[in-house]
Amino acid sequence: MATTAYKRKPSKSELRRQTVEELVVYPFDWLEERSGLVGGIKYFLFRKVPADINWMQTLGSAALTAFLVQAITGVILAMYYVPSADIDPHTGQPVAWESIVNITDHLTLGWLVRGMHRWGASIFIILMFLHMGRVFLFGAYKYPRELNWIVGVLILVMGMMEGFTGYLLPWDQTAYWATVVGINLNGTAPFLGPWLAQFLRGGQEISGATLTRFYSLHMLVIPGGIIALITLHLYLVIRLGVTSPPWSEDAAGGEPEEADAERRRSGLTRPVPRPAGAQAMQAEPGGSE
Amino acid sequence: MESEQPSPDTEHESAREEAHLPSPTLWPIGFAIGIVVVLVGLIIDPLLISTIGAVIAIVFGFLWARDATAELREERVVVEPERRELPDAGAEDDPHQVTLTPVTDTQVTRSVFLEGATLGLGAAIGGLITIPVAGFAVLPGFLGQELHKVDLGPIERFPLNQWYVATFIVDPTQGEVSKRAAFLRNNGTVADPKTNQQVPSFSIISNRCTHLGCPTQANGPSGLRFTGKPTIKQHTLTGPAEFVPVVPAGYGCPCHGSQFDTEGNRTAGPAPRALDRYAFEINHGRLVLLGTYSVSEVVGTGAQAQIYKYKQAGPGEHINGPEQWLYPLQPPHN
Repeated sequence: MATTAYKRKPSKSELRRQTVEELVVYPFDWLEERSGLVGGIKYFLFRKVPADINWMQTLGSAALTAFLVQAITGVILAMYYVPSADIDPHTGQPVAWESIVNITDHLTLGWLVRGMHRWGASIFIILMFLHMGRVFLFGAYKYPRELNWIVGVLILVMGMMEGFTGYLLPWDQTAYWATVVGINLNGTAPFLGPWLAQFLRGGQEISGATLTRFYSLHMLVIPGGIIALITLHLYLVIRLGVTSPPWSEDAAGGEPEEADAERRRSGLTRPVPRPAGAQAMQAEPGGSE
Repeated sequence: MESEQPSPDTEHESAREEAHLPSPTLWPIGFAIGIVVVLVGLIIDPLLISTIGAVIAIVFGFLWARDATAELREERVVVEPERRELPDAGAEDDPHQVTLTPVTDTQVTRSVFLEGATLGLGAAIGGLITIPVAGFAVLPGFLGQELHKVDLGPIERFPLNQWYVATFIVDPTQGEVSKRAAFLRNNGTVADPKTNQQVPSFSIISNRCTHLGCPTQANGPSGLRFTGKPTIKQHTLTGPAEFVPVVPAGYGCPCHGSQFDTEGNRTAGPAPRALDRYAFEINHGRLVLLGTYSVSEVVGTGAQAQIYKYKQAGPGEHINGPEQWLYPLQPPHN
């Protein structure tokens, strides 16, 4: 394109500029050629969204950020926290509770990271509820996004399980009795409730085994589930696109073309009857991409 | 992948565009089994079992090596050709025309077999790993639950008809976490209905609220000034115990406000039944607590009280009336 009728010898600064550009681009090209990751990330970051998108639609990202804060602060707290119900013979206090006191009162910046984790937990739950309200009020849970609503509800439930299991870890009176009540509340569920309660306690009574069990659930099992579900949630968001606000003039601006949509549904074993109103979502032939 | 430049050893075959593969052989499996037996033998019996494994490995290894080098030694390789039966109809029409046989549903082709084998093997390996791990996650909380007997000291120390708030450690290995409290009263003696002998009678009411397990408190004054009796502190055979004398008008739960009378009958609030009680035995003149049992109702008081006993149920669970059908199966309890 830049080739013209005559060629001028590039100046020194142009040559240097070229070299620097090549140096910068080379690792990205190397990565892209071998993994396609650069293109994938570009696709994720620069995908098309409706033009009249709303600030409320950033609540999902906000909830994700809150989760990441929980994950990072939690990993660091795990370096100092000791999930042991044993009594420290020197002080007569439980080891778990002492380690929390140590984090809060003695370790540098421990108060801040623990505070971020403690208050961030509430923020995470609140943001999830706000996000859920936005999705509900925008009607963004409707076809074809029902599955994403279901996945989101599962993330909410697991977030609350994180709250329940994390509440026991300080191993003080509040933690202990709140967990007694919480587990017994589960125990009143019909039929399998008593079994669920005994599984959660790891025995007939709350003991040191309950603490280690809750710690494992809190930092390994449930976060793993949440990460998996968030991945699925984001995949569905990217695949199905972002909804326009309900007051949008050009409704369903970002819908995929019909042929594109058919290709995406190629994994189906039989054609799906289009729901009422789906006709309106079809892009005009030869319309915008 | 077809390479443009034929490698030296496939040069003479490249015209036929066929992959150069060693003939199929089963000997490596036997060799692998031999190695496994050697390794298992190292744990169990290195002399005998490892020797057997070594013999298996050497024999099969030799057979494998012989098979693999057959072509190099320019022996004739016997490979059974893969056969497909021709359909009868096609054969009748023109026996010389080659017709492709369509794969019918009943036929198991190689790819279908491999697909099934992969899924089946994957499921088997997954199950082998998951089942014991899931069992380890769940079963220890249910099996081998021990009954911890708690020694509360000689029975003479409890004055007749005086209520105490008793606190004690149920499981010394668990320490403070297993600290429990009970409302305890010495009722004197009562005639055993079976032997007609006079036996000691105690009312020992667990303070765990039957609503959701919060600790109920005695409604009434406690301590030396109000009861005239001293607080007893002692280290019994199973751990520390404390007895605070109290004059209860009943018991109340701080969490959700359930109220109980002095015998533990529910009088108000969300609790579904009366307070649980401790079974006990007198061992060499000492009061020993056994496990707890659930109570629907207590009629009368003290030694003459008629207690409607049930198997221990969890907090919030009904033990009589139609609501008991919601909890048909209880987890194992001591």
